[in-house]
Amino acid sequence: MNPFTRRRFLQATGAAALTAPLANSLLVPTDAHAQAAKVLTIAYNVALPSWDPTTGPSAVNPTIQSFYKAVFDSYIDQEPDLSFKPGLLTKWGWNKDRTKIELEVRKGAFWHDGSAVTPEDVVWSLERAGDPNSGNPIQFVWGKIGNFAIDGQKITADVKEFEPSLFKWMAFLTGYVLPKKAYTEAGAQGWESKPIGSGPYMVDKFERNAFIRLKAFPKYWGPKPAFETVVFKLVGDASARVAEIESGASDLTLEVPYEEFDRLKMKSGLTGVAHPVSDIGMIFITNVEPMLDMNVRLAMIHSIDKKAIVDKLLRGYGTVIDTLEAPQYAAFDPSIKVKYDPELAKQLLAKSGFSSANPVKFTIQTTRGFKPKDYEMIQAVVGMWRKVGIEANIETYEIAKHFELRMRHGLAPAAFYNWGNSIGDPSTSTGFAMFSHSPHSAWKTEDVDKMIGPLWGEKDEKKRIEGYKAADRYIAENGYVIPLLQYSQPVVHKSSIKFTPHVAGFILPQAIKPA
Amino acid sequence: MSINYLLKRLLWALPTLVGVAVVVFVLVRVVPGDPIAMMLPPGATADDVGRLRALYGLDAPIAKQFVVWMGDVLRGNFGTSISLRDGVGSLVLSRLPATLELVLVAVAAACALAAVAAVGAVFFRGRWPELVVDGVTGLVLAIPDFLWGLLFILVLGVLLPWLPISGRIDPTLDFDPATGFYLAETLVRLQWTTFIDLLRHMLLPALALALPLAAALTRVLKGSLIDAMNQDYVTLVRVKGYSKARILWRVALRNALIPTVTLTGVQFSFLIGGTVLIEYLFSYPGIGNLAIAAVNQRDLPLIQGLVLTFAVLFILTNLVVDMAYSILDPKVRQA
Repeated sequence: MNPFTRRRFLQATGAAALTAPLANSLLVPTDAHAQAAKVLTIAYNVALPSWDPTTGPSAVNPTIQSFYKAVFDSYIDQEPDLSFKPGLLTKWGWNKDRTKIELEVRKGAFWHDGSAVTPEDVVWSLERAGDPNSGNPIQFVWGKIGNFAIDGQKITADVKEFEPSLFKWMAFLTGYVLPKKAYTEAGAQGWESKPIGSGPYMVDKFERNAFIRLKAFPKYWGPKPAFETVVFKLVGDASARVAEIESGASDLTLEVPYEEFDRLKMKSGLTGVAHPVSDIGMIFITNVEPMLDMNVRLAMIHSIDKKAIVDKLLRGYGTVIDTLEAPQYAAFDPSIKVKYDPELAKQLLAKSGFSSANPVKFTIQTTRGFKPKDYEMIQAVVGMWRKVGIEANIETYEIAKHFELRMRHGLAPAAFYNWGNSIGDPSTSTGFAMFSHSPHSAWKTEDVDKMIGPLWGEKDEKKRIEGYKAADRYIAENGYVIPLLQYSQPVVHKSSIKFTPHVAGFILPQAIKPA
Repeated sequence: MSINYLLKRLLWALPTLVGVAVVVFVLVRVVPGDPIAMMLPPGATADDVGRLRALYGLDAPIAKQFVVWMGDVLRGNFGTSISLRDGVGSLVLSRLPATLELVLVAVAAACALAAVAAVGAVFFRGRWPELVVDGVTGLVLAIPDFLWGLLFILVLGVLLPWLPISGRIDPTLDFDPATGFYLAETLVRLQWTTFIDLLRHMLLPALALALPLAAALTRVLKGSLIDAMNQDYVTLVRVKGYSKARILWRVALRNALIPTVTLTGVQFSFLIGGTVLIEYLFSYPGIGNLAIAAVNQRDLPLIQGLVLTFAVLFILTNLVVDMAYSILDPKVRQA
């Protein structure tokens, strides 16, 4: 039988006529689709759970502040180097005896629905933040001011309890101004479908756990953003983010593995920036045996070659630190140094009867894959310890377990963790991490409390900073915690755009411009 | 298959669902990780912790928590997601269509590939195309779906950037869906640009899911086809002068489908579970991706809701498979 019949020829031609354009539509370089619209596309690593930047667990998640900063204004804004600049407040400060605060609200700022930003909005936002029933996780700060009074653009309030870092919090977590009328009319649920801010971008479309599309707000009080449309695509997997930037489907991405970062930045058309951020890696020490022995603690610290860890494991992307204050923080003291000295470590251990033949033994807990090379770093540390007479057993757990144990003071004698601090204030690093009454501290002893305790309400700023420096020095001398490094955030972007790194790790689309 | 039989099957499903609910409820509370601890802001006091626990009902004994939760579930209230602060029911319903569409496209692709490969292998039995089919199916079966996903991302997303490798739809498209079934909706509304875009986004994850299934189906179908080709009724139509291709497609395939349908049904349920990794790799916003986020956040209500959803889908799939079986096999229909 002849396989080549007219019927078969017509069938094949028809099929080809149908499938060819379909194949052409389906298989088009993704670049072509991206270039059709002049849009800034960012492959982001975390999803946005809620559009309320002031309540609930998402409000204290540092990794999603980039979204909030694009849509909402903080009371006080921050430069990329963490210094403060006017936001919706043009002036702020204490009165002479620090019993009142004085604020001045910017004129000419508008909400995305076209209405004007008023001092009433600022007062309502602050009162709501300080209300224990609002669900604001930082209510313990906002609740320290009250009895607001408005006079034109000026606001005054009573200080119920002095909080030295109050104005810094106005640039940090939950420090956002929301529109009183729009929020109260919409309610919490309605707000999620139509959030209204006063920031440089408006929410155009939001598909939860998929993408956020923002449009530039034409009546923004600040500089007009360079990109009219911004898309944040949620790409949770690091290798998928690498693929996104490499294929050209996205213009910028972050938190790629350092090995991939080195490879990508060498590619034509791509630029890599790895900049220090306000996030540190540290080992918590819990005040249980054998950590109650100072010789053991100091031996642990002196036997860690932090520089080798940063150079070899993190490919040089990191900054060695010896206190919980990174170089950009207010209480950073470069004179506090803890030297790498394994011989000293051995001598210290010998004083307590330990050696390589009779090592001190304990468990160290760590996450695996939560932070770059977290497990590998602890492996390296354990190897260094083994050489001097410390035998540490590594136990891995998930970050959820870490939080649970930390809350009930149940961490192992040593536990690896990272600590973010976007305002760079020592109260939010040394303070929360080392003060025994904080649910976040692992080392809980009175001697440290006596140093940190008075600083919570210290009105003399210079004295407060010096006090924290003294506390950091004391903590370092006694080995109550092991700071390791300040992280660097790897960002890869197309060379056709200009990206300015932010020490807080924010990716601010309003600050990204064509090159 | 009678209505009574269907009702009986549905009634039997209830104790299964209750069993699943008990197991997942207990398991997520036994596994390490406290969602309240993860939510703790700096400076939180013991009172704050207590208040949060009470807010999410986590301060009551486990048995009481279960009774309260089951009571709510029976009233259609699956609770509120701790991390997303939205109803679990509405969250699952908003994401389920994406997963269902993905799985349906994957199953359709797998069936089409398997039918072509199996029929081709039997048509060219004893010759090199059969060897190629056998070799390829063996290779494909050896590679898990997530590895296919990574390969596709690398080859068709990066090296030859022909297809998008993340998301469900181009975020710059103006598409206002009325339902969560985007593909079906754009087809009905004749929005071809969006339809093509959705297909483009779906192709790689669906293929990653489809290939291992297609390989398994090919093997089973090929075996069934060979058996069917040796039956008396096939000999009869051969004597009547039917061509080999016609015998395969029109006569033998229908009877050979029965074991394949069973396998497809079983695999469909596993495929829904398999979307978890694939959706994460391709950032595809379905319930699989939601499940990963829920587990990472220790979002107990959401985990419970998702597991129940998977259980319901499994039960419904088995029911549909049984119904399809009875359509294909008259003996089952008459039983």
